[in-house]
Amino acid sequence: MTDRALPLPPSQLSGPDVRKISRIDIGLKRRYAAERRFRTFGLMAVALALTFLALLFGSIVLRGYTAFQQTRITMIVDFDPAIIAPDGDRSPAAIMSGNAFRFDDLIAAALVRTLEIDPNDEDALYDGLDLLSKGSGPMLRSMIAADPTLIGTKKAVAFYATGDVDSFVKGTIPADVPESQRLIKDKHIVLIDRLKADGALRLAFNTALFTNGASTRPEMAGVGVALVGSLYMMLVVLVLSLPLGVAGSIYLEEFAPKNRWTDLIEVNINNLAAVPSIVYGLLGLAVFINFAHLPRSASLVGGLVLTLTTLPTIIIATRAALKAVPPSIREAGLGIGASKMQTVFHHVLPLAMPGVLTGTIIGLAHALGETAPLLMIGMKAFIVDYPSTPLDPATALPTQIYMWATEPERAFTERTSAAIIVLLAFLLAMNSIAILLRRAFERRW
Amino acid sequence: MSAVQATVPFETVRTPDAAGRPIKIHTRNVKVTYGQKQALHGVSIDIAEKAVTAFIGPSGCGKSTFLRCINRMNDTIAGARVEGTITLDDQDVYDPDLDVVELRARVGMVFQKPNPFPKSIFDNVAYGPRIHGLARSKADLEEIVVTSLQKASLFNEVKDRLTEPGTGLSGGQQQRLCIARAIAVSPEVILMDEPCSALDPIATAKIEELIDELRANFTIVIVTHSMQQAARVSQRTAFFHLGHLIEEGPTDHVFTNPLEQRTLDYITGRFG
Ligand SMILES: Nc1ncnc2c1ncn2[C@@H]1O[C@H](COP(=O)(O)OP(=O)(O)O)[C@@H](O)[C@H]1O
Ligand SMILES: [Mg+2]
Repeated sequence: MTDRALPLPPSQLSGPDVRKISRIDIGLKRRYAAERRFRTFGLMAVALALTFLALLFGSIVLRGYTAFQQTRITMIVDFDPAIIAPDGDRSPAAIMSGNAFRFDDLIAAALVRTLEIDPNDEDALYDGLDLLSKGSGPMLRSMIAADPTLIGTKKAVAFYATGDVDSFVKGTIPADVPESQRLIKDKHIVLIDRLKADGALRLAFNTALFTNGASTRPEMAGVGVALVGSLYMMLVVLVLSLPLGVAGSIYLEEFAPKNRWTDLIEVNINNLAAVPSIVYGLLGLAVFINFAHLPRSASLVGGLVLTLTTLPTIIIATRAALKAVPPSIREAGLGIGASKMQTVFHHVLPLAMPGVLTGTIIGLAHALGETAPLLMIGMKAFIVDYPSTPLDPATALPTQIYMWATEPERAFTERTSAAIIVLLAFLLAMNSIAILLRRAFERRW
Repeated sequence: MSAVQATVPFETVRTPDAAGRPIKIHTRNVKVTYGQKQALHGVSIDIAEKAVTAFIGPSGCGKSTFLRCINRMNDTIAGARVEGTITLDDQDVYDPDLDVVELRARVGMVFQKPNPFPKSIFDNVAYGPRIHGLARSKADLEEIVVTSLQKASLFNEVKDRLTEPGTGLSGGQQQRLCIARAIAVSPEVILMDEPCSALDPIATAKIEELIDELRANFTIVIVTHSMQQAARVSQRTAFFHLGHLIEEGPTDHVFTNPLEQRTLDYITGRFG
């Protein structure tokens, strides 16, 4: 470029030089233009990706955030011993058995007092009961069974409003359509407005969403069972696939001879990583349920199937991490008289650990979102009670989302999005752990 | 290498060690093949105890290959096959009953590129004694680490930061750390494969000085591409060419009065 800085006017340069400079000039311009073009395309691609990501998260959050609040109707309940325990037996077993409708009587009495209606006006009473979840009676029963000292006292209880009332209060179903097309009639609206004015009807944080199991009533439905099921499965996957995957990779990468057999195994592992997960579901159904007779819908079986889908990912990531460890470290270990095993476990594996962990967590994250194989082994059952062991029937977050997505009620639609948010939060937490672990294990050399 | 060249008879010419040092390592007719490719064509050499023997020769002539035969590092290379006999104190190195781990504790190695473990300076040196169970107590181990670092002329530079990572040292210090690590298991032989090729001249001078000190206690075999270095640090020099040992003798003889034309050509820079 110094040629161009010469103070000589172009006319004084000899012919060939001028040609050469202008040729360089054109070439440079073209190069810069190409670079600018490439950068623009890159920026456009990134912007497009970010837009779609924002749209995705935006729509899910917009649709789902309302589900984190729930309409509650608080009423003073008179825990009348004459109704709850007519024969005087206050044991939880006695409370859980007997006429289930006696708890509805408690609610009716509370409603009569709260709305100040004539106890004999059945129509007014039923209009009021329309607002309350049909699960309120059983809820009250479990509450008393858990704490029999409530009997004989008067206490405020926050009942769930029905899903439709909930949606109406949140404004997610419109009020300005003709009454005949509405699920919430004018008489209900009057009651809702009155309860709201009294402070009895309020929006509160939706704990049921996190603690409850399956329910046909959206206001009582939660992802609790699915969360526990997913957690059990992740534990099973972690406990099985991490040691198996890491041990297998170490053997293949550090100990196995490089021959046609190991090449074949390598090709097959790469192929397994690409096998559609539903195929693993069929395999799990055939092997774990039909052959080994493990219980259907159990998180253990789900975890076993997901282990199969996750293993190839972990093996590929671990092998890549082991390959990336400089051979000079192995030479150093062997050169000082460490055995091969000592060299691998003292020096090579610690250096590969960040990569191993990243691969593991990515594999787990995939497993967490996996749906198809779980549908194959029946993890989409209607399960109300928490599984106490991985052998009990459970559902998983993605299958719960799948089941809710097929429900027609507006209240389930928002819960579907809320469950997706919970799943994404679970994933985000796992990825953060991966980053933290990576930092902790990362060493420079 | 073509078959014709491979069959050319090379006769190894040896002159006796005037200093009369005992022989630590005997090798007879050592041949190495990597798959189909023959890298060494029968090398026979006697390596004197408590002296520095330098291997010189153009690159690719098999110096490293031969060096790695002595502590059986070639075992780790898939497809490498070693023939012939190598004895260390009259014990067959390739005896199937011999424990490679024990052999490598007796024959330490320092590599071309400094390769400290990504651990603390202390742990780098302590690793060998730990796995070989050389220290009976913590104080014992500390003593081994300190004396090893002292013998490697590194202690004064690192005594305040033994817990810092060994990888944070300069290249020359890292190489001396690797030497300290090798010394820590009290080997009898130290093999060095171009230990200074990644270092600057000042670090190189320090290592050369160190090698000269170490020869009082260890048998040292050093591969070097620098003839000046060979002349400076070694008592005996072996010249390799195309997988053959051409000539081996006292360093001053090899450099001033080589017996072989090819040695003369190489040391006068006519090829290499
Ligand atoms: N791991 C290996 N696999 C195959 N060939 C090798 C290997 N290591 C060295 N060689 C070959 O053996 C010959 C000698 O190599 P080497 O001992 O490294 O030479 P030098 O150290 O004298 O430069 C070279 O031709 C080299 O290509
Ligand atoms: Mg070499």
